[in-house]
Amino acid sequence: MSDALVIAEYSEDGTLKKSTLAAITFAQRALPTLGGSFSILVLGARAAASAATLTGYGAAKVLVCEDASLGKYTAEQFAPTVAAVGKNYGLVVATASTFGKDLLPRVAAKLDAAYAGDCAGVSAEGGKLVYKRPMFAGNVFGYCTLSTPIQVATVRQSELDAALPSGGASPLENVAKVAPGAAAGRVEFVSLEAVKSARPELSDASIIVSGGRALKEKFMEVLEPLADALGAALGASRAAVDAGYAPGDFQVGQTGKIVAPKLYVAVGISGAIQHIAGMKSSKVIVAINKDPEAPIFQLADYGLVADLFTAVPALVTELKKRA
Amino acid sequence: MKVLVALKRVADPDNANKVKISPAGDAVDVAGLEWKTNPFDEYALEAALRLTENGKAPKKREGEVVVVTIGPKESEVMLRGALATGADRAIRIEANDADLDGRLVAHALKAIVEAEKPDLIVLGKQAVDGDSNQVGQRLAELLDYPMATFAATIKEEDGALLVGREVDGGVATLRVKLPAVVTVDLRIVAPTSVYSKLTQAEAGFKHGEGVRFAPLPAIMAAKKKPLDVKPLADVTGGNQLATQYLKFERPAQRAGGAKVKDVAELVEKLANVSKVI
Repeated sequence: MSDALVIAEYSEDGTLKKSTLAAITFAQRALPTLGGSFSILVLGARAAASAATLTGYGAAKVLVCEDASLGKYTAEQFAPTVAAVGKNYGLVVATASTFGKDLLPRVAAKLDAAYAGDCAGVSAEGGKLVYKRPMFAGNVFGYCTLSTPIQVATVRQSELDAALPSGGASPLENVAKVAPGAAAGRVEFVSLEAVKSARPELSDASIIVSGGRALKEKFMEVLEPLADALGAALGASRAAVDAGYAPGDFQVGQTGKIVAPKLYVAVGISGAIQHIAGMKSSKVIVAINKDPEAPIFQLADYGLVADLFTAVPALVTELKKRA
Repeated sequence: MKVLVALKRVADPDNANKVKISPAGDAVDVAGLEWKTNPFDEYALEAALRLTENGKAPKKREGEVVVVTIGPKESEVMLRGALATGADRAIRIEANDADLDGRLVAHALKAIVEAEKPDLIVLGKQAVDGDSNQVGQRLAELLDYPMATFAATIKEEDGALLVGREVDGGVATLRVKLPAVVTVDLRIVAPTSVYSKLTQAEAGFKHGEGVRFAPLPAIMAAKKKPLDVKPLADVTGGNQLATQYLKFERPAQRAGGAKVKDVAELVEKLANVSKVI
């Protein structure tokens, strides 16, 4: 029998991110196989305040490591404490945000644990956890087991429902920060240039308007009014990012952000396989493209074959009529 | 600066129709796929080359770039390609892909780092076959080195690198003292993403867009550059494979394909049929 440890998602401003709830769901689904309970570890400069919001999810304990040196995230500062706590667990799990993907493999190495990244689900076979992983640009799901005593995983947020509060009050327990190794003294957090936007974050947005290379230099000019009319986040294909028409953190795809909004509007996106891998779980997909043969139309619920430079402004006008 | 770049040969999954599963479901059939260098590793090599040259005179290497792969004999084609674009030496660790996982690869690279003592190790953030995204982070931990993952920009300072990382919601900048591990993201090959100390001296200099290609004479010359081969057992420190794939399957296909005639019909469908606006 063993237990699971969920690493809460740290936000640069010290607040908890709701992406943590996907990792909790994953841990809950692993428990029948592990046979034990799950706990949550929160690290940060103001971790105690954040931890209070996680006591209603059925965790055996919510562990709090509050330390001034954890105010700005670096893996070198966080990993030693996560590993020291995690060594008493059979599974250490976090959500596969850039935080989780940066930190957890480093923790895994410290624990000499095998790692399953970006998991879309978990099941069991012969008493072992089986991790379901998207591979080959989303063309394949691989199912793997890990054979180290401690196992480490990250979880694809768009594939697991957010855990719901189950009532109760998990006890809080303070954990001392573990002194980091030499590496921590050789890395310095300099700055975070947050994208200042009134729009929702891509990974949390319920509507996303996404653009491809066809928009050229008019990427923002054409798409911003549509995003505003829908209250949507803005995304982009890798081709649009590569060409410099959209910023890097807009990229939706297997190697960028994986999203599953209720509405995804793909504008001037042909539908390269690695882009599709990042958005095909969306509830409703709209494609606007002048090429009727574009692969994106094969998976779109509503395809509009039209010149985007006239169709998008017309769509904005039509949406405003309804408002 | 001496830079070690880790490269992986991958079966390119860009054509979805060609990715197939074996009839027994126990393997990905790569027969129809094209072998190529993992794109993020190509970007890692380009970053390493930019860091070891004056951008205005890129033929002269100011330092050394060593490329390493862990794979079968066939992956030497990739290493020769890397040597042709400017790397000085190559190392191949003999192994079959099926006998490797991220943990084992990190242990093997650690042994290479201990032998080569580079100032910097650059890797792609993930390989586009396994999509695992773990080797760089694990290697940094095994070496107790600082790391900067998902790098979009690198600027060389005295004994350190200023690295802009692609994170959710923005760019986080770290200063890492050398030796260090850096994994790179897409934008690292943009014209103003990487500056060595030498290139920085040239105000306003821009690199070319994307990765460089080797001219024919360089391809010929690369055949004479050193390429060492080592057995896997020499570098894994007795560690064994700890990831076992039981089966593979294709994801369910989406039932799409419906068209609307104009913007008015689209809005009507979204509002009244799908009820998403």
